[in-house]
Amino acid sequence: MRALEAIGRRTVGGFDQIGLGAVLLAESAFWIFAGPRRRQPVRVSATVSQMVETGLLALPIATILSATIGLMLAIQGHYTLSLFGAESFAPFGIALSVVREFSPLIIGILVAGRSGSALAARLGTMEANQEIDALRVIGVSPVRYLLAPALLAMLVMVPALTMWANLVALLSAGAYTTAQLDTSMAAFAADVMDALVVGDLTHGLIKSALFALLVVLIGAVNGTMIRGGAEGIGRSTTQAVVQGIAAIVIADMIFAFLTTH
Amino acid sequence: MTAQAESTRATSNPEAGPVIEIHGLNAFYGTRQILFDVDLTVRRGEIMVIMGGSGSGKSTLLRHLVGLNTPTSGVIRLLGQDIAALGALEMQDLRRRIGVAFQGGALFSSMSVAENIMLPLQEHTRLDRKTMEIMARMKLEVVDLPGFGDLMPSELSGGMLKRAAVARAIVTDPQLLFFDEPSAGLDPAVSAALDDLIRQLRDAMDMSVVVVTHELESAFGIADRITVLDLGRILMTGTTEEIRGCDNERIQNLLNRRPSAAQVDADAYLKRLTGAA
Repeated sequence: MRALEAIGRRTVGGFDQIGLGAVLLAESAFWIFAGPRRRQPVRVSATVSQMVETGLLALPIATILSATIGLMLAIQGHYTLSLFGAESFAPFGIALSVVREFSPLIIGILVAGRSGSALAARLGTMEANQEIDALRVIGVSPVRYLLAPALLAMLVMVPALTMWANLVALLSAGAYTTAQLDTSMAAFAADVMDALVVGDLTHGLIKSALFALLVVLIGAVNGTMIRGGAEGIGRSTTQAVVQGIAAIVIADMIFAFLTTH
Repeated sequence: MTAQAESTRATSNPEAGPVIEIHGLNAFYGTRQILFDVDLTVRRGEIMVIMGGSGSGKSTLLRHLVGLNTPTSGVIRLLGQDIAALGALEMQDLRRRIGVAFQGGALFSSMSVAENIMLPLQEHTRLDRKTMEIMARMKLEVVDLPGFGDLMPSELSGGMLKRAAVARAIVTDPQLLFFDEPSAGLDPAVSAALDDLIRQLRDAMDMSVVVVTHELESAFGIADRITVLDLGRILMTGTTEEIRGCDNERIQNLLNRRPSAAQVDADAYLKRLTGAA
């Protein structure tokens, strides 16, 4: 009985969180679109600083990760295809898996770890310091002031980072391939261009925007639900990362199923 | 200020309606009732101190007064307006006319002190930035923090944070100022200076002030009238003399820092212990 009750409670709690996430999303959208007309626009300066924080400052680690992923895919691809004597097809497989799958996924996970947790911690700390209350009594919607800029910034920067990751991963895969097959970078690039259509690129980019949305909402929900001081903040930021990554992987699968079926 | 002076002041003012009227306020957190049938009136121009120990419901009362919580039942009228009946825009207008200084200051840590103080102006006025900067500096002078505008909140001491919070709360020249625990965490000298500031603000800017505190000394130092809150109920509202002279046992216990004896109900006690309650 106890166990059942616990499961029930957690399920209800999960629905609560999803509901809160939906409300926050709707409110953010309201302020982004209706804010300027009510003379309460979403702050440009906050959006820009969020873009720097989540995008620009993530560039070094994003570069390292995507270069490594590109190299890894090239190594595995060549090994797998060499079993059939089909190494020359490696660039096709690499190009498709980088652009459709690996770049959005690795950037999504990176951003969940860097920015989702930061958002949760920031909102939780502000709540604990009554800064959220202070915003409300001044007449500023916390969603408009804190969440909408983060959402806008992520919706721009996560796809941008994904584009960058595409480029870097393909370059590093190309470097390995040219060395391995003793061909030129131009030949590799031509193979990649042959393999890819615009649809592959948009598939990856739309997915990364979806991941950005998930990361922001999960960070925000965990941030606003923080209770219990320093320990609570630690728990919630961890949860924001874990839930964020889980949501990204699951959404990735669903998206792939729906769009390639 | 004596009660007589207070009442003449109130009647001589043509628009002397009360700035706050609360009728039959009940508040719950979940199923636990925090406030029981609270009635309270705050007159124009007075400093009303809401005093009570921890768990008395004073913070909850404040949250209801500033519109952060919605009452389960009862009416709260601020500056003549029933806050439950206000639309978003009217509420926005009302927010401009009240200021709130939170216990720890609640300054936004990502902004400088001056930017913090300018924020309400950015939200409620169409002033240009230069004017807002000048107004922020003026308010910093008022709270005796000249030249501190460019610092970040983390660079200020506890007392300075509270002053800066007051500057932010009064930057729109509100008619009503709420102050949560002004003396909490401050040494006596700093605390007394803050009390002086509150009185000066009331006199100079014609504000009504509501202070929530558990500090007796500070309460009697600044109050025109005091409301004593205990276990979610108002025990008494009166001038400082009336409160001191009152023979209610719980009030005297509070004044003399004696713990109130728990009301013992043998049956209920036994039930609590055995877990049957």
